Amino acid sequence: MCNQTVSLVAAEIERQGIPTVVLQFLKEVALKVGPPRALWLPFPHGFPLGKPEDPTLQKSIMLQALAMVDDEVSPLPRLASFGSH
Amino acid sequence: MATLKELSLADRLFLKAYPWRRIHPTPQANPDKSLGASRIALASSAGMVCKDQIPFDDTVRGGDPSFRWIAHQTPMEDLVETHRSQSFDHTGIAKDPNLALPLQRLNELLEQGLIGSINHRHASFMGSITAPGRMIRDTAPEIARGLLEDGVDRVLLVPV
Repeated sequence: MCNQTVSLVAAEIERQGIPTVVLQFLKEVALKVGPPRALWLPFPHGFPLGKPEDPTLQKSIMLQALAMVDDEVSPLPRLASFGSH
Repeated sequence: MATLKELSLADRLFLKAYPWRRIHPTPQANPDKSLGASRIALASSAGMVCKDQIPFDDTVRGGDPSFRWIAHQTPMEDLVETHRSQSFDHTGIAKDPNLALPLQRLNELLEQGLIGSINHRHASFMGSITAPGRMIRDTAPEIARGLLEDGVDRVLLVPV
């Protein structure tokens, strides 16, 4: 349910004018709910930033997600996969 | 990798029948700053609270729709994960709260000059909400207004 909850909160933040990106575990849920920008993760629930005590991996996920905002051309909702470019 | 197949049969049946909320139309806010100049805030659904805050209540029918502000300067050892779901492994977050609320990672990104600034607070809620009406009507707008008042430029939302 976390996948849907963060997406619904993101939509409201975006409606009020701030760009958002949500991380998502379940591609099926991301496609059904449709948050504006989502980065799909190849990790199990409970491990959104990949691995504990792995700052390099954690930051790479954060940076790829935050950089999705810079693409103002591709239509929303937009779903990317972590590690793809 | 998380797929529906890894979930318990009960969870899979629930998710299959669950009436997912479709966001429509899709809202779009465009950035007015580069990432390197942007103020970043986090929103986590891991049910994180500071040790002096009231934990989330997993007995609320349909899910606890409340939220807490977590000050960015909160020491990591003062963060407590109060998400009660048995559907995921809690050991990773117990070992490293950055896994769900990456406060220290934001500090490092700022030191590296990759983000412009860090908001003084972040939003925390418990994501296991099956009846999201109050979350949509009350909580999400309040979080959004707060972040807007803070001058936040981009928000990263982290599920668990």
